[in-house]
Amino acid sequence: MSRVGAFAALRLVVVRELKLAFRRPDQLLQPLVFFLMVTTLFPLGLNLRLSLLREIGPGVLWVAALLASMLSLDALFRNDAEDGTLEQLALSGHGLTVIVVAKTLAHWLVSGAALVLVSPLVATALAIPVEAFPVMAASLTLGSLALSWLGAIGAGLTVGAKRGNVLLSLIVLPLAMPLLIFGAAAIDRVIGGGDASGPLYLLAALCTFATTLAPFAAAAALRITLE
Amino acid sequence: MWTWFYKLASPPAVFRTAGRLAPWFLGAAALAIAYGTVDGLAFAPPDYQQGDAFRIVYVHAPSAWLSLFAYVSMALAGGIALVWRIKVGHAVAAAAAPIGASFTVLALVTGSLWGRPMWGTYWAWDPRLTSELILLFLYAGVMSLRGAFEEAARGDRAAALLAVVGVVNVPIIHYSVQWWNSLHQGATVAKIGKPAMAPSMLWPLLAMLLGFMLFYGGVLCMRLRGEVLSRERQAAWVRELMQARSER
Repeated sequence: MSRVGAFAALRLVVVRELKLAFRRPDQLLQPLVFFLMVTTLFPLGLNLRLSLLREIGPGVLWVAALLASMLSLDALFRNDAEDGTLEQLALSGHGLTVIVVAKTLAHWLVSGAALVLVSPLVATALAIPVEAFPVMAASLTLGSLALSWLGAIGAGLTVGAKRGNVLLSLIVLPLAMPLLIFGAAAIDRVIGGGDASGPLYLLAALCTFATTLAPFAAAAALRITLE
Repeated sequence: MWTWFYKLASPPAVFRTAGRLAPWFLGAAALAIAYGTVDGLAFAPPDYQQGDAFRIVYVHAPSAWLSLFAYVSMALAGGIALVWRIKVGHAVAAAAAPIGASFTVLALVTGSLWGRPMWGTYWAWDPRLTSELILLFLYAGVMSLRGAFEEAARGDRAAALLAVVGVVNVPIIHYSVQWWNSLHQGATVAKIGKPAMAPSMLWPLLAMLLGFMLFYGGVLCMRLRGEVLSRERQAAWVRELMQARSER
């Protein structure tokens, strides 16, 4: 067994995950296209009035981001579990928690962070003013990171299940509802000319909470599945 | 030192104990619920603002409380089963989930029936109603996760872990009233010191609460017996039990 420190192992797994992700660009782009598509559905389905759009914009943006994140979550552990890589990683001598942290961070970089980068495009289409963009980016960044941690728990639990994807959403979405509430509230406040720091702080608190505890829960979930 | 505990937690012992406890729980529940119903519906004075419509609280509040209580007890049983590998804990969690989900549905239905005359609508996006709905989703997740595995034991452990994770949602439900500036009326029973409810209204409510808890205990015992039997259907003691029953 080669002697590799925990941080070196973390970096190696992150690099491997990113490499794999960029070798399959279609899987990377599909959730983003889905994000754009869902936000297009709302103006088409509702009677298009700019004032109405401005009112529902933050909520629509957040719901679409949540749904788009759900799409890519199932792949977080499934491919590696099916070809045996996950078991090899678990046997590498580093705790499963380190592996979970690395894989989740890499996953967030190609899903959550990518959503943040695309969000100005969507926000413009939803008539969210440019002044609200920094708050929107902050709320999406914090929220999607927290969501990735929650998603890691869900993906760990469902990786050995017979039918994964719908079940995964069923498990993760209820846990993610506070994120939606505070995330949308932050954007809503700043559009209304108010102070968005309250909901943002709460989001940051939830994000910290998830970051510190969820890796252990997700590792425990994977242990149940791998056993 | 712990041998008595392991003996008590063995499936045949649990089966017998649950069978012995169930009638006591259910009998006491019938008494408490009968008193609460008669006193609450017939003798408690009508509310000065809500009239007789407030009386649904005698079903609504206990079922809302039980929906949370059942969730926490389910998570506790699952957590114990996960940590100490006590299989009966999974049986308790599996038995508790549908009861808790039913209480959640009951709380939602009675709440919306009360909302119709009071708020003028069956459903308001009130935070407490919403969190109760989220609780129902959590129950749905736990129950479907348990059934989603080829191997039953794996499903048990996954569901237990999810239940423990979901307990995080229980305090959020509790504090949602403060967080999301609700139009739901605040808690009236839990205020320490002087309760905001007249004693003549409060006694039947407490009796109903006790009755619902006992009812939950009794139904849990009965469902636990069924769970244990179906999980242990290959075991020798179940076969002997069934043979003894059929010969009788």
